[in-house]
Amino acid sequence: MNKVTLTIDGRSVTVPEGTTVLDAAERINITIPRLCHHPDLNPVSACRICVVEVKGDRLLRTACSWKVQEGMEVSTNSKVVRDSRKMAMELLLSRHPMRCTECVRNGSCELRACADQLGIREISFEYHQRQGGLDTSSPSIVRDPSKCILCRRCVQTCAMVQSVSALGMEGRGYEVWVDTPFAQGMADVPCVACGQCIDRCPVAALYENSHIDRVWRALDDPNLHVVVQTAPAVRVAVGEEFGLPAGALVTDKLVAGLRRLGFDKVFDTDFTADLTIMEEGHELLSRIKNGGKLPMLTSCSPGWINFIEHFFPTLLPHVSSCKSPQQMFGALAKTYYAEKHGIDPKALYVVSVMPCTAKKWESGRPEMTSSGFQDVDAVLTTRELATMMKQVGIDLPNLPEEEYDAPLGISTGAAVIFGATGGVMEAALRTVYEVVTKKPLENVDITAVRGLEGVREAEVDLDGVKVRAAVANGLANARKLMDKIVAGEADYHFIEIMACPGGCIGGGGQPIPTSAEIRKKRAEAIYKADRGLKIRKSHENPAIQQLYKEYLGEPNSHRAHELLHTHYTAK
Amino acid sequence: MPDLAKIHDIVKVYEKTPTPLIYILKDVQKEFGALTEPVLSEVARITQMPLSEIYGVATFYSLFTTQPKGKHVVRCCNNAPCHVRNSKEVLQKIKEYLQLEIGGTTADGLFTLEFTSCLGLCAVAPVMMVDNEVYGNLTPEKAVAILKDYKLKGSSNA
Repeated sequence: MNKVTLTIDGRSVTVPEGTTVLDAAERINITIPRLCHHPDLNPVSACRICVVEVKGDRLLRTACSWKVQEGMEVSTNSKVVRDSRKMAMELLLSRHPMRCTECVRNGSCELRACADQLGIREISFEYHQRQGGLDTSSPSIVRDPSKCILCRRCVQTCAMVQSVSALGMEGRGYEVWVDTPFAQGMADVPCVACGQCIDRCPVAALYENSHIDRVWRALDDPNLHVVVQTAPAVRVAVGEEFGLPAGALVTDKLVAGLRRLGFDKVFDTDFTADLTIMEEGHELLSRIKNGGKLPMLTSCSPGWINFIEHFFPTLLPHVSSCKSPQQMFGALAKTYYAEKHGIDPKALYVVSVMPCTAKKWESGRPEMTSSGFQDVDAVLTTRELATMMKQVGIDLPNLPEEEYDAPLGISTGAAVIFGATGGVMEAALRTVYEVVTKKPLENVDITAVRGLEGVREAEVDLDGVKVRAAVANGLANARKLMDKIVAGEADYHFIEIMACPGGCIGGGGQPIPTSAEIRKKRAEAIYKADRGLKIRKSHENPAIQQLYKEYLGEPNSHRAHELLHTHYTAK
Repeated sequence: MPDLAKIHDIVKVYEKTPTPLIYILKDVQKEFGALTEPVLSEVARITQMPLSEIYGVATFYSLFTTQPKGKHVVRCCNNAPCHVRNSKEVLQKIKEYLQLEIGGTTADGLFTLEFTSCLGLCAVAPVMMVDNEVYGNLTPEKAVAILKDYKLKGSSNA
């Protein structure tokens, strides 16, 4: 690739052709202030904060989108640049309500940080509220247009990353705004509730529908037995909320923290992830043997389920009938666990901690009541859990290490890898191999399905039986595979789909920010957790074996179907 | 209920046009009077474009409307050259005559009142448009007389 040499603030720098001024400046340790720019998305140059002066140009240029040229002379700190940035920021702030102390993004607001970086101490303009009211129609995502700074990240995320386009830009000029078409509300557009927009929103124009209050109420109620389950991806991310580096694996401290919050039992969604593998693995084998619909599609990711129900309803027969691990857990907690320990399921309250906002939606689906009650009562995102811990001064990084409670807290390495894209596939193959071949799998690391690329394909040889697998993460990538199935070009047996980039580790409920680099570190921690566990195959989980023996009979049994399987609805 | 089947024919006309959305919306609005929710949802379904994107275009251009308008749309220029030639008083008189604020439609459905940006006719400022006709050198009295004519024509048609 051709190299280009330019000077930035008088210092020479050589970068590949096509580099933006913003990235070139970073090479020589100049961090140009920016607000709408996001590494996952295309530059839209909406905020005008990153402007720089280019010698010979009449206009200031936006560094996020302006490409370097040979001999270019850039100034990032001249008076005109500083004044212009300040003006742009003051104008943005003049339409932002600035009720920072009562804001969910108080500690992670990019607007606030950027204003501080620019040294804003007063705002020359009067506050003028943006149009659009609070949208609380979705069980997962709240939209507060009054806080929106029109950076367009949510619109791009929804269109580009997820190919959903629930949100759009509307109107123009001073009165432009972000909304659902015809102000239908998030519940009535094809929003899949993945929360990727929340993750990229620089302010609190988008945030999760909080369950914190209801969880505190349950914990405060002496008549309730409150149990909690933690999704695989939470343990590799929650540390970030407490200042630990991305990818810090804090499983045992997380357990200790949850006990200190007052949960009666601390269980693990990994237990039901193992169970999912048993049910889904056998479902796959039965589909292959009995000529069922193939390729079979995974069903763990509720954002993905919403997506296929909205956009590819004709493909629903391909989706595994297995509930997600969260919902399997809820159904079992209020039946198997309650019966075993003599707890009235009416007095049993099930809380999930999830890296996900769509899980909130999923827990309220009318099908998810197979215990006779709502199977999962409340769903906290990783962020909400951190907020609760901070509220009561739980210092997660310095907690002792404690273990999950039995039996719903016992799990394997196959379960923890559910947290990363390709993990369900790998876990399933570990079990399917041994069930099919009746031989031990020598190398459990099926690296062919790992990685963070959007779509991956692999053929795995199960002792002569070849399983053709595909894995997609991010719904725009899922759409590519679905288009292939529709066109009759998908010659796979099994496809794993995760709605969020990177899988659950990059979920819409995870700590903000999440970037490609952070996703990579969290994924590494997931595989580290897998390696650190003695048992790494779901079917070897003794608590799962006991559950089948005592309660379910065998995989895909009648009772298993009643409690652990579900159906889908075209939307 | 409008006959949404016509949308299919309109979309078909622009099958080979590279970026057909604006043409489609123009024709659809002509057919249905406004780009309402059922109408645009049908456009989205047929073109397989996201509704949010179509709605964004429909709300961006001031000549598109998502709400049904009166039989005649009165657009008063609110830019500077008209302003210095007394457009404010012209508008005030029109508002009084029609009993309307900007954006409103008269109860009889005859008039909708809107602002417009510069029409490029500053030499004859202040100006207004009624539908596709332009009227210049307005005075408050002249403007009201013009609208009265429309009203007369409107009621004789009815």
